[in-house]
Amino acid sequence: MAIKVRKAGLSTTIQDLGRPGYFHLGIPEGGAMDRFSLRVANMLVGNDEGAAGLEAVFMGPELEFNADTWVAVTGATMPILLDGEPRDGWTAFQVKKGQVLSFGFLKSGARIYIAFAGGLDTPKHLGSRSTYVIGALGGIDGRPVAEGDVLPLGKPGMPVERKVDTALLRAPQNPVELRVLPGLYWDRITEASQDRFFAEEWTVAPEADRMGYRFRGGSPMEFVPRDQPFGAGSDPSNIVDGCYSYGSIQVPGGTEPIVLHRDAVSGGGYFTIGAVISADMDLIGQLQPNTKVRFVKVDMDAALAARKDRQERLQKIRAALAGG
Amino acid sequence: MKTRYTFGGDEHIFVEMDDEMSLEAFFKAIAISRAVEEAQIDGVTEILPANASFEVRFNPDVIHPDKMMARLKELESAANNAEPRMQTRIIEIPVYYQDPWTHETLMRFRERHQDPKATDLEYAARINGYDSVDAFIEAHHAQPWFVSMVGFVAGLPFLYQLVEREKQIEVPKYLRPRTDTPKLTVGYGGCFSCIYSVRGAGGYQMFGITPMPIYDPQQKVSYLKDFMVFFKPGDIVKFAPIGREEYDRIVAEVEEGSYRPGMAQVTFDLDAFNADMRGTNAKLMEALNGN
Repeated sequence: MAIKVRKAGLSTTIQDLGRPGYFHLGIPEGGAMDRFSLRVANMLVGNDEGAAGLEAVFMGPELEFNADTWVAVTGATMPILLDGEPRDGWTAFQVKKGQVLSFGFLKSGARIYIAFAGGLDTPKHLGSRSTYVIGALGGIDGRPVAEGDVLPLGKPGMPVERKVDTALLRAPQNPVELRVLPGLYWDRITEASQDRFFAEEWTVAPEADRMGYRFRGGSPMEFVPRDQPFGAGSDPSNIVDGCYSYGSIQVPGGTEPIVLHRDAVSGGGYFTIGAVISADMDLIGQLQPNTKVRFVKVDMDAALAARKDRQERLQKIRAALAGG
Repeated sequence: MKTRYTFGGDEHIFVEMDDEMSLEAFFKAIAISRAVEEAQIDGVTEILPANASFEVRFNPDVIHPDKMMARLKELESAANNAEPRMQTRIIEIPVYYQDPWTHETLMRFRERHQDPKATDLEYAARINGYDSVDAFIEAHHAQPWFVSMVGFVAGLPFLYQLVEREKQIEVPKYLRPRTDTPKLTVGYGGCFSCIYSVRGAGGYQMFGITPMPIYDPQQKVSYLKDFMVFFKPGDIVKFAPIGREEYDRIVAEVEEGSYRPGMAQVTFDLDAFNADMRGTNAKLMEALNGN
């Protein structure tokens, strides 16, 4: 069973839940930017939640099926068309041999997730099918899918028609609030700059991809004066190159914060002011350029509570789908 | 040296052994990293040693962040007693300095550089007090280097020069990072040299290029069949200058699978190195050349 790629979209990659364990060599965990949406898409078609699907950013692909199967699309809102007929998002639907799945223009969010019953069955590299384009690893020859590719499918479970109650999803926000735990090199900037970082509104810059999201619009940061330590470099935003955290916020030159995401660089020489909490990483994957964002200061207890909240939300969906 | 512990979100603890670079800080970071690995703490998913720091990634559903922090602090004292010595290897990395590819790239990004009228090498030679680019290149390859971190992107080594601090080369990064760097560029930023494992963005000054692949996700390169990443922290590197002919010859040898990097097993002892840097280096290079 396989799927033929008729049009690839802008950058459509094969993603699962990633390859932990190699970040110390500069190979990031990768995997779906919005893991919540990939998990739910897989649940809908009766897959393991970590099965590989397609992540398409801003624009959907066009796919032709050579056998009957089940499909679910989650994540961003984008018209879903099967042989030109609309289908619902967050819903498993049947596809017949020879039918073509295509998409209309993006309405909200940034990335759709397409899960197929049985999951995409491309070879695993370092334990994962996720595509890490910078390192030419995973997916198909380490690149996004291209026109003419044939994507093999694994053995399906027993999918049935079912849908997710969208009341169980996180409500959209404007501006989007990203919760941040201050830390790392937070004390390198003055208290006034610390306050401004949380008080001001930021917008997503065009430089936003799987490696990281850049934000602009806030004031330049003021550094606490110091003699730069040996090996760091002369700019006050420089540190001796160290390891980075997923979600960590670096501010080269003190101007535009960059939040590292799933395909993060594992280290570097810019200071970081803390990290977006794990529960809000999915949210970043759905941000379009120019979206307004506020960073919200939280402590560890709040970060852990948010993490639990996200897990409970997933558990509710899991339970609802198992019951239906 | 003052150790500093901090959380990076709810899944990471970052530990800075020192805010400045030294081999002492590196050895301490690697000793704790190893102690964490050996302690087999439930919930730890990644351990990342870096130049003068390290990071632990953990699952806070399995171990509470405060408990994780306390465990790391306990392990620090054990690591303080570790001997700064390691069994490692010295590897010869051929470098074609002033090659046409990095030259073409640096010319394209001149407006992002501190000194748009000079090349990266001319600039680096001048600010480090060398009379000529040739003398500077000589200083870059005459003594060995220590791999104090692997990362940034897949398999990229950060190299620390094994010479007295006052002789170490130091250069700033580009004012604004380039959007392109040729694959296998030998670069420089702060006190570190590096080898770009893949093509892509970069802020380090560009000095040359090596014909020797150091990352191969397809694992077709003969010496990367066991694992796709060549370097690991603690490796010692000796750069060897080559010209265009030798560059082309090595590229062809890599292609046909006959290239073998020059390499020897050695012990690196930090105390011995500090007591006699040039003598220790001479022995390391003897091991390489005798192989």
